[in-house]
Amino acid sequence: MSQANADIVIRTEKISMIYPGTIALNEVDYRVYRGKVNVIIGENGAGKSTLMKILAGVQQPSKGSIYLNDEAVSFQHTRDAAAKGIGMVHQELNLFGNLTVAENIFLGREKQHGLMPLDTAEQHRVTAELMARLDQDIAPSELLSNLKVGQQQLIEIAKALADEADVLILDEPTSALSKTEVELLFKVIRDLTAQGVSIIYISHRLEELMAIGDHITILRDGNFQSEAEVKDIDVPWIVREMLGSDPVSNFLKPGRKFGEPVLDVKNIKLINEMGLTLVDDVSMDVKSGEIVGVYGLMGAGRTELMECLLGLQEYSGDVEIAGHKVSAKMDTSERIKLGICLVPEDRKKNGIFPISSVSNNMTISSLWRRLKHRFSIDEKAETEAVTSAIGDLSIKVSSPDIEIRALSGGNQQKVVIGRTLLTSPKVLLLDEPTRGIDIGAKGDVFNMMVKLSEQGIGVLFSTSDLKEIMAVSDRILVMSGGKLTANILRSEATESALVSASAQGL
Amino acid sequence: MKTSQNIASQQSSVFSGESLLLLALKMRTFIALFLILAFFTFMVPGFLAASSVVIMVKHIAINAFLALGITFVIITAGIDLSIGAILGFCGMVAGWLITKGIVLPMFGIAIFPSVWLIVPIVLVIGGLIGAVNGILITRYNVAPFICTLGTMYIVRGASMLLSGGETFTGLSGNEQLGNTGFELIGSAKLLGLPYAIWMMFILAGVIAYIAKRTQFGRHVFAIGDNEHSAELSGVKVRSVKVWVYTISGFCAAIAGIVVSSQLVASHPATGVSFEMNAIAAVVLGGTSLAGGRGTIMGTLIGAFVIGILADGLVMMGVSEFWQMVIKGVVIILAVIIDQKQSRLQHKAAIVQQK
Repeated sequence: MSQANADIVIRTEKISMIYPGTIALNEVDYRVYRGKVNVIIGENGAGKSTLMKILAGVQQPSKGSIYLNDEAVSFQHTRDAAAKGIGMVHQELNLFGNLTVAENIFLGREKQHGLMPLDTAEQHRVTAELMARLDQDIAPSELLSNLKVGQQQLIEIAKALADEADVLILDEPTSALSKTEVELLFKVIRDLTAQGVSIIYISHRLEELMAIGDHITILRDGNFQSEAEVKDIDVPWIVREMLGSDPVSNFLKPGRKFGEPVLDVKNIKLINEMGLTLVDDVSMDVKSGEIVGVYGLMGAGRTELMECLLGLQEYSGDVEIAGHKVSAKMDTSERIKLGICLVPEDRKKNGIFPISSVSNNMTISSLWRRLKHRFSIDEKAETEAVTSAIGDLSIKVSSPDIEIRALSGGNQQKVVIGRTLLTSPKVLLLDEPTRGIDIGAKGDVFNMMVKLSEQGIGVLFSTSDLKEIMAVSDRILVMSGGKLTANILRSEATESALVSASAQGL
Repeated sequence: MKTSQNIASQQSSVFSGESLLLLALKMRTFIALFLILAFFTFMVPGFLAASSVVIMVKHIAINAFLALGITFVIITAGIDLSIGAILGFCGMVAGWLITKGIVLPMFGIAIFPSVWLIVPIVLVIGGLIGAVNGILITRYNVAPFICTLGTMYIVRGASMLLSGGETFTGLSGNEQLGNTGFELIGSAKLLGLPYAIWMMFILAGVIAYIAKRTQFGRHVFAIGDNEHSAELSGVKVRSVKVWVYTISGFCAAIAGIVVSSQLVASHPATGVSFEMNAIAAVVLGGTSLAGGRGTIMGTLIGAFVIGILADGLVMMGVSEFWQMVIKGVVIILAVIIDQKQSRLQHKAAIVQQK
């Protein structure tokens, strides 16, 4: 027993995190092994991020206790956790491109006293040591923006190490990295574990976990599910443990009928300014009345594909919308008139007009449909359209003149969907339509998708949630690294096949 | 059940102090206008006499042309610093066309166009300068502040170059050349009111109509609120922005014509720092510099507040230096109140939604 404890750096006992209405973590006993790569995995909402935030002092647990080297600890702040040697590298990099590497590492804890100038020499010395430890040839005075993304990720790790981190939490560190950068990161991780640092590694990419992990812990719906040595298990086991064997709910009635293709895409290719191929030779179609789900991990190219279809990116390839050939140069407003519409992923950034009224938010895409003398807006028709859309989508709003930012996330999402519907689309693109909305609103969104498909609209939606994709798709496409890696009917799809297709080529 | 609760809560909130405050804040430009009018009526004898009011509104009209034009720009979260310079340049072009004509050296003649031709030419020139602003901003990604600062210097320099810094005088034209009548724009009256005042109200009406009842107007507000969303919703962001700056330049040209016609002369330094008065009027009228929020009516009232404040202080005999201080204080106060209102409004909306 004492031998086992010596190997364990962090141990949680019955840790719970309770939010009003939901339990994010339910009495989880979690162990982190010393000098190992501890992989933690689970679906979206399984509680991994919550658990990590508790360990890093970002949040305080509602119940339960944490033991660090067998000593009970509680963290009120990330600084407390850092002082005890727990560092976290978040998925989004918290770095500043206009500062040097050394300045980034020492941001907020600069070597400086009183009115003395910054001790740049000392900062540079420590930074150089850290770079040597990470086996990187990066000058401390280099401007951060001159580094590649993979190197920036390492700077984040160096930041944590500068705090003399003993336990390092890496939250999806590879989501923005190329293949060679991932290998570099793995090498660094192995060096660090050899130096005695314990790593907690969060990722959705199963292949990666198998390559780098020593121990694996699986969470499901806020509960501890299972724990194993990576060498004893395989990918299908992980998928089974992760998803459980509960029957997936199905929103689709049997015997659904589809018509002609309303969206036909051939050889779409998108290369960004940095020369990275974001969408790689994708060909697919959506038939009228069909719901097609696109499954993939972050950065798989789903959003970019949809942006190409809407003409927001400069792509190459052929697109046909409702039988009309679309030239790559055609702009978004013309495409919308042909009958394609997008509900974007990031509602705050790309979806809503926060200080405009619900009514204006809804009609902005379809003003051209309600004009008097082809010029002035027909306010009566507009009010009617808005009222009926609010009713159809059961949007809870006290008045259509209210600013949209006063609404809940789910209702905002419904308004954005209402905007696309008022254009009478033939193809509806929904990019992660359920992100950041509650379970009840999710069901509403799915039911609405089914209803629309029954009216003959072709629906293309993306998600990174396996259960969601199984619940409402007639056909499932899987993207990985910009490529289409699977195109299967739902009836023939298995979860493990989708998971392995989503990790192909990574 | 739920609706009856809603109605009950709405009724109770109508009479609550907070919603009264919100109403007061929303009407603040009106209230400010009323207070300023009351103050000067009390302090300056004969302040509301018809003749002095007409003169005051004539002054206001110049600033109102500029302010109405720049309102769309500011609603898209842009800025146009070149309108004062465009005003000066357009006046100079009009003066040049009347006094020197279009010189064709190869034929050894000069053509003197009639006023009916000069006015449209000048308006188009103003619009084109605005369009150049818009194209530089959208096509080459120059920040609006910097871009229009640059065009402000270029255009001002150009108007100096037109005459070598001299003033064009005698813009009433020459009967033999058939280009008389320019001064009537500034001096003639219709139903007892100068043309300039009629033009101000007509322009305000047209711009308010565009803002409220056309696709273009809705697109302007959408771009200011969230440019990304606007693009995704099928708004042609670039072309709308070019038009917005074109309108701004066009309105500055109107102001330029009216000013040089009122003076029957055009001086290249006319309109220096007029853009600041216009921006102040727009901001006083409740348009947010962050974009997405604003009304045309507000801008018009804002122009009245600034104009009455300026003329009233002059009539009271307050020194020019103090006038500047007071104007500055009023503008800052207006913005503080604006921030307060938008927070309160947001809070009220959330309460109402619940």
